[in-house]
Amino acid sequence: MKTLNDPKNYKKNIKAFHPKTNYFMNCLKAFLVGGFICLVGEAIQKAYAAFTDYTEKSAGNPTVATLILISSLLTGFGVYDKIGQFAGAGSLIPVTGFANSITSAALEHKSEGIVLGIATNMFKLAGSVIVFGVVSATVFGLIRLTVNNLLG
Amino acid sequence: MDFVWAFVIGGLICVIGQMLLDLFKLTPAHVVVSFVVAGAFLDAFGLYDKLIAFAGAGATVPITSFGHSLLHGAMQEANEHGYIGLAMGVFKLTSAGITSALLFGFLVALIFKPKG
Repeated sequence: MKTLNDPKNYKKNIKAFHPKTNYFMNCLKAFLVGGFICLVGEAIQKAYAAFTDYTEKSAGNPTVATLILISSLLTGFGVYDKIGQFAGAGSLIPVTGFANSITSAALEHKSEGIVLGIATNMFKLAGSVIVFGVVSATVFGLIRLTVNNLLG
Repeated sequence: MDFVWAFVIGGLICVIGQMLLDLFKLTPAHVVVSFVVAGAFLDAFGLYDKLIAFAGAGATVPITSFGHSLLHGAMQEANEHGYIGLAMGVFKLTSAGITSALLFGFLVALIFKPKG
C-alpha cells in the first residue's frame, strides 16, 4: 500500500489498476457515428437546397438548426446519451453534441425550477464553448484585421 | 461522392477528438473547446473554407465550424465598420445555431421528464 500512496509516483503506480482503453475500437466507433451524423447533415443540406429557396451554400444554417432540433428531441427521449456512451467523441464533436449538452443540463436541473434550474444551468457546458469561441474569434479577428490594415 | 467525403472527413474529425479523449486524457469540455478554437484558428488563415468546399456537411456539422462561423461573421462586419465591426458581427452567422439550441433545449426541458 505504501508504494501506491506514494505521492511522487501516484499516477504511475495506479496505472496498472486502470481499465484498459481499447483505442482502436473507440476510434472506429467515433469515426462511424461521427461520419453518420455528418452524412445525415449532408442529406438534409441537399434536401434544403433541392426543395426550398436555399442554395447549396446558404443551406448550412437551416441544416444546423434541424440537426439541433433532432438532437434535442433525442436527448429528451434519453436516446442521445445512450449513443454518447457508445460513440464517445463521435457524438460529442458534431453540433448535435452542443445541443445535447444544453438540453441535458437543462433537463437535469428541471427540479430546481424554470428560472433557477433550467435557464441558469443551460450554459453549464455550452458556456465554455461560447466563451472560448467568442474570445478566440475576436483575438484572431483583431490580428487579421491589423495585419490587413498594415499591409494596406 | 459528396456523401462519401462528408462521411469520411466528418468521421476523421471525430477520430481526432476521440484520440484527445483517450490518449491525452482530456475532459470532453476541453476537447470541444479546443475544437472551437482550432476552427477559428484555421479560418484565420482561410483554410477552413477550403475544407468546407471539399467536404460539405463533413466540415460544417462538427463543432469546429462554430469557431469558423464566429470569426467569419466578425470579419464580414469588420470589413465594413473596422474594429468595432468585430464585436457587431461575431454572432451574425452562428445566430441560427445558438438560438435554435437554446429554444429547443428550453422547450424539451419543459416538456420531457429527466431520465435516469
